[in-house]
Amino acid sequence: MSLRDGPFGEIKPPLIWLAVAALVVALIAGLYLFVAGGEKRGPLAGLGRSADDLTAPVGKVLSTPIAAANQGLGIVGAYVLAGSQNQQLRADLAAALSWRDETLKLRQENARLRALLGLRTEPPIAMVAARTVLDARGPFSNSRLADAGSDQGVIEGNPALSEHGLVGRIAGVGPQVSRIMLLTDVESRVPVMIARTNGRAILTGDGGPDPSLAYLRTHDPLHTGDRIITSGDGGVVPRGLAVGAAVKGADGVWRVILDADAAPIDFVRILLFKDFAQLARPATLAPTTLPTTATEAPEPAVNAVVPPTHTAP
Amino acid sequence: MIAKALRPISPGQWVVMPMIASLGGSILLALPVRIAGLQLPEPVFALVPAFVWALGKPSAAPPFALLILGLALDLLWGGAIGVWPCALLAAYALTLSARRILAGQEFIALWGAFALACAGAFVVGFLLVALRAGHAPNLVGVGLQFFASAAMFPFAWRLLERYEATDARYR
Repeated sequence: MSLRDGPFGEIKPPLIWLAVAALVVALIAGLYLFVAGGEKRGPLAGLGRSADDLTAPVGKVLSTPIAAANQGLGIVGAYVLAGSQNQQLRADLAAALSWRDETLKLRQENARLRALLGLRTEPPIAMVAARTVLDARGPFSNSRLADAGSDQGVIEGNPALSEHGLVGRIAGVGPQVSRIMLLTDVESRVPVMIARTNGRAILTGDGGPDPSLAYLRTHDPLHTGDRIITSGDGGVVPRGLAVGAAVKGADGVWRVILDADAAPIDFVRILLFKDFAQLARPATLAPTTLPTTATEAPEPAVNAVVPPTHTAP
Repeated sequence: MIAKALRPISPGQWVVMPMIASLGGSILLALPVRIAGLQLPEPVFALVPAFVWALGKPSAAPPFALLILGLALDLLWGGAIGVWPCALLAAYALTLSARRILAGQEFIALWGAFALACAGAFVVGFLLVALRAGHAPNLVGVGLQFFASAAMFPFAWRLLERYEATDARYR
């Protein structure tokens, strides 16, 4: 017997009830997605990666003609403005020549001091170049899809840079695509330092264009224009990557104008940096026999193995 | 001619086409393009069908369509999963609750209602993201995306006009 033949067959609920019931069910499903989506190893963990694998080729195909058109417009613009650009370039070259001499002098001095102190410089880190194909800029997420993934050695956490400075970190990786969480994303946190004072802070994204500096230690630790670089604390990103310049926002919070915003982020370099352990030879980090240490209340047996201390004659 | 004009709208025209159009618009505006040094705006196109579906003939399909559309936006933009499904459903719920008042209103009044529905969606999104991230998103960024989304109302008006002109059930 079908439902229509039963006692409830004649009942026809208003369509609005049906819509409200569907709305309630959909809302519960939406809240479940929100809760389950927050778990790193939850049932939805792989969903984002699969979606990125699907959307990246679409973005790549669509952005190619637009990028070509933009490049064409750039060439036309450069041709039209050739005279004034030439004048500007001459001035820039004159300034760069003086900077070159200064740089060479400092480089030599730096090398000499390093040699004197016996400092070990960090080895170069391998990197992968990638093109960004999709860009989310809303207040709730700031990320980009880059067309390089695990097949090129990219892993989650790798820092991504433009030619001007740090852009963000890899938040998800597929075989041929990776998602870069930008420094402006509301969930982005990067340990940074003030180049002038070595003062530490956490660069905190909030979905706006200029991320804020949190956990500044002193009352007035910054001057407008202070250079902000990565601190390398916690081994998240290498030390010394350019981030931006400090500026006090209208809300009284210290913020950073990102260097990476100086030009379109159409190409990025992804540093294949995992942590500082990869910069050292594994053999040197292998466990060795540690010397015995005395405790506050040493056992007689422990005292027995401690070599006798040297006594003055 | 009249018979053609009163032809019922199929579920494909009512639900699937606006979904595809919203997703297509979102993908196009997600391209990493700068025009004259400025980035493209990023409105939430999906708020248009959320508003229109609630004002049109009530049915069970739109809430689930919004659930899928919101999930697709979360995956496209790489945000926290579940934020946009809840935000779009909030806009739909607000509009559905005011359906009787909004029926037959003029262009400007409906635009105001659409802006209120968008505001409801952004408030829900703001709260959920703040809950997930542990701190509030930037209000300027939220405001900019709200205004860009509220400016999409002419699309909603066009869609409503089309449904009303085609199918007598939407009048």
